[in-house]
Amino acid sequence: MIEKALKGSTGYWVWMLFLLSIMGAGGMFYAQQFNYGLGITGMSRDVTWGVYISQFTFLVGVAAGGLMLVLPYYLHNYKAFGRIVILGEFMAIAAIAMCLMFIIADLGQPMRALNVMLHPTPNSMLFWDMIVLNGYLVLNVLCGWVVLQSEYKGVKYPKWIKPFIYLSIPWAISIHTVTAFLYCGLPGRHFWLTAILAPRFLASAFAAGPALLMIIAMILKRTTKFDIGREAQDKLVTIIGYAALINFFFLGCEFFVAYYSQMPGHMHTLDYLFWGLGHGDQVYNNLVPFMRASVVMGLAGIALIFVSRAKQSDGLLVLSCLLIFVAFWIDKGLGLVLGGFVPNMLDQVTEYYPSVQELGITAAIWATGFFILSILYKVAISVKLEKEA
Amino acid sequence: MDSKRRNFLKVAGLTAIAGIGAPSAFNMLLKGEALASSGGGHGEAAAPSGTRWGMVVDVKKFAENPELANQCISACHTVHNVPDFGNAKDEIKWLWVEKYPNAFPEHSQDKRPDYVQELPIMVLCNHCEKPPCVRACPTKATYKKKDGIVAMDYHRCIGCRFCMAACPYGARSFNWRDPRGKDENGNPFIKAENPKFPTRMRGVVEKCNFCTERLAIGQLPACVEAAAQSKALVFGDLNDPHSEVSQVLKANFTIQRKPSAGTHPSLFYII
Amino acid sequence: MYGKGRIIPALIIFLGLMTSPIWLQLGNASKTPKPEKPKDYTECVEPTQYMRETHMLLLNQWRDDILREDADMERNDPKRVGHTANGTAYVRSLQNGCMNCHTSKKKFCDECHEYAAVKPYCWDCHIQPKEAM
Repeated sequence: MIEKALKGSTGYWVWMLFLLSIMGAGGMFYAQQFNYGLGITGMSRDVTWGVYISQFTFLVGVAAGGLMLVLPYYLHNYKAFGRIVILGEFMAIAAIAMCLMFIIADLGQPMRALNVMLHPTPNSMLFWDMIVLNGYLVLNVLCGWVVLQSEYKGVKYPKWIKPFIYLSIPWAISIHTVTAFLYCGLPGRHFWLTAILAPRFLASAFAAGPALLMIIAMILKRTTKFDIGREAQDKLVTIIGYAALINFFFLGCEFFVAYYSQMPGHMHTLDYLFWGLGHGDQVYNNLVPFMRASVVMGLAGIALIFVSRAKQSDGLLVLSCLLIFVAFWIDKGLGLVLGGFVPNMLDQVTEYYPSVQELGITAAIWATGFFILSILYKVAISVKLEKEA
Repeated sequence: MDSKRRNFLKVAGLTAIAGIGAPSAFNMLLKGEALASSGGGHGEAAAPSGTRWGMVVDVKKFAENPELANQCISACHTVHNVPDFGNAKDEIKWLWVEKYPNAFPEHSQDKRPDYVQELPIMVLCNHCEKPPCVRACPTKATYKKKDGIVAMDYHRCIGCRFCMAACPYGARSFNWRDPRGKDENGNPFIKAENPKFPTRMRGVVEKCNFCTERLAIGQLPACVEAAAQSKALVFGDLNDPHSEVSQVLKANFTIQRKPSAGTHPSLFYII
Repeated sequence: MYGKGRIIPALIIFLGLMTSPIWLQLGNASKTPKPEKPKDYTECVEPTQYMRETHMLLLNQWRDDILREDADMERNDPKRVGHTANGTAYVRSLQNGCMNCHTSKKKFCDECHEYAAVKPYCWDCHIQPKEAM
C-alpha cells in the first residue's frame, strides 16, 4: 500500500522536494543548536519556553481535532464522514509526530530523553503527557492503517480493531487535557492557573484541527478527483463554527474573571497580551498586534464560515477556515505559552523574540509534519480513488 | 427486572470502589500533600520530624552594610562554580539581591516609605516544604531530601525546564550554553574553579542546594559563613526548638515569599 | 538468475564495505592499555577485577547515595564514607575520592576508555585533577 506514495504527478514531487529542502536547512540549524546549546534560541532565564513548546501545545490540539471525525462516524454511525475519517486519523499521526519533535528540539539534554521512562514519575504531568501522546500515536497508526488496508483489499475491517477505535475517542480528549494540565497545575502562573484551560484547549482544538482538514480537503478537491462530499462539508462547518464559538466564550469568561475581580495577577498577562503591560516607565506590548488580530480573525472566520455554507461557496469556506486556523494558532501557538511568562515570578518583564535558528528549526519540524502528512494522504487518497474507479 | 437490579448493583459496587480508591490515588499522586494542606488559612506546615534545614534573612543588617550581600553572593558562586556570562539572557544565579516589591510582589506596596522599596532582599531557593518543582520534574532529577533540602541530580536532568515554569520564586537557572566556555576575549565564564565541587554542563537546570555538600562535612552554607560576623543570615534546624534559627523565629516577626502558593518555604525574612 | 550482472557485484561491494573495519585494521593490533596505578597505595575500594568490570555501576551507586540520602560525613555515614577490605576509610566521591589516589585522568581513566572507545561524560562537570604538564 505504501508504494502509492512513490508514484505521483510532477506537482507532488515538487511539493515533496520543497519540504525536504526546508527540512535540510532546519537540520543544519539543529546541528548548530545541538553544538552550542539552547542559548542559540531567543529563550531566556525569564521566558524559559518559546516557540517550540507553544507549537507543541497547538499541535496537540490539531491531533485531538481528528476526534471530531472519528466520533460521529464510529460512535454515531454518521456515514457522510466515511470518506474523510481516515484523513482525520492520518492528520493526528502527523501532528503527534510534530509534537514529539518539538519536545525533543526543546530539551537541553535530548540524549537523555528516555530518562522519562527509566525513572517513571507519576506526579509529573510531563510523564503522563509522554504516555498519552505516544499512546495516541500508536492508536492512530494502528486504526488508520488497518482500516485503510481492509478497504484496499476490498473487505470490511477486522472486528478486533473496533475496541482500539473506541479507545482512541476518550484518548483524544486525554491528550489535550493532560497537555493543559502541564500548565494549569503550576501555582505561581496566574494566567495558566484556570480550571477552564483544558476545556478551552479542547474547544480550540475541535475548531483548528477540522479547519486545517477542510483546507486540505478543498485543495484535494481542486487537484485530484477526491471530493469529501457536500454533506460532510456542511457538517464540518457546523462543528468548526460551534467549537470556535465555544472557544471565544471561554476566552470571554477569562476576561470577565480577571477584570471584574480586579485581581492583579489575573489581569497582568491579559494586559500584556491585549493592551500592553505598563511596567515602570515602559509599556511591553510585542504580542498585542498578534493577539488582537487573532480575535478579529477568529470572529470574522466564524461569521464567514456560516455564510460560506449558506452561499455554498468553497472559496469563502477556505478563507474562513484559514482565518480560524491562523487565529487559534496565534492564540495557542504564541500567546498562551509566551504570555504565561510575563510578568516573571519577580514581577519583572522580559520579552521574547525567537532567533533565526529557532524559526528555522520550527519551520523544518512543520515541514516534516507536512511531509509525513503528504505521504499518508497520498496513500489514503490513491486507495480511495482506486476503489471508487 | 432481576438482570436490571444485578446491573445496578454492579455499577453501584464499582462506583463505591472508585469512590474509596480515588482519594488514596489522588493522595499518592500528591505524595500526601492533599491531606497535609487541610490546615487553616494558607495551611500549616507538616508536623516536625527529623531535621529540616532553614534560614532567616535579617534584611536590616544587609541594609546597614551594603557590601555584605555581594560578599555572600560571591562566596556562594565561587564555591559552586557558578558561571558569569555577563548578560541577563544567559544568566545563572543561585543567590542574588532583589528589591522589596520584586521579592514580595503579592505584599501590599501602598504607602511604603522609599527606604523599604529600596531594601536589598537576598533571594535564593526557598527549599519549600511542598516544592512545585519536585512535583513537575518528569525524571526525579529534582527531589526533596529528608532534611528538607530540595536538591538536584544534574546527571539525570533532561533540560525540559518544567521546574522553571513551576517554581513560584524564579529560583532556577538553565545552562543555555556551556558554562565552561570562554567569552569573546578568552576569559572563562567561571573565573576560578573550585576543584572540590563540580561545574554543570550545558542543557541542565541548576539552583541553590543549601550547601548540602558543606553540611555533610559539618560546615555552614557558604553565604551564612560569609555573613557570620553580622549574623545577617541565621541557619539551622527549624524542627529543633532550641536551635538558633528557631530562637530567632520566636523572637521576631518574620515573613515568607508568596504564602498564597502554599509551598511553605524554609526561608524567613526579618524586614 | 535474473539481474545477476548487477546483483553479484553489488553484493561483493556490500560485503567489502561491511567488513572493511576488519581488513583495514589487519596487523594493526593496538597495544593493550596500561593504566598507571597509584604508587603510594596498594589497595582500592574493591578488588582490581571488580573495579575493572563494574566501576561505572559503583560510581552510579555512590552518586545516588550521596545526592539523594542524608549522608552526613560527621556521623561516618556509610552512604558517604566507605571502608576498604583492610579498613582504610575513603570518601565516596569521584572528584574528591578516586582522583585523590589516581591523580592523573590521562594516565589512568583515558588509557582504557580510549582503547575501548567509550566517552563517559564525567568530566563535562567534574573537574579533573590538574595534570603535571
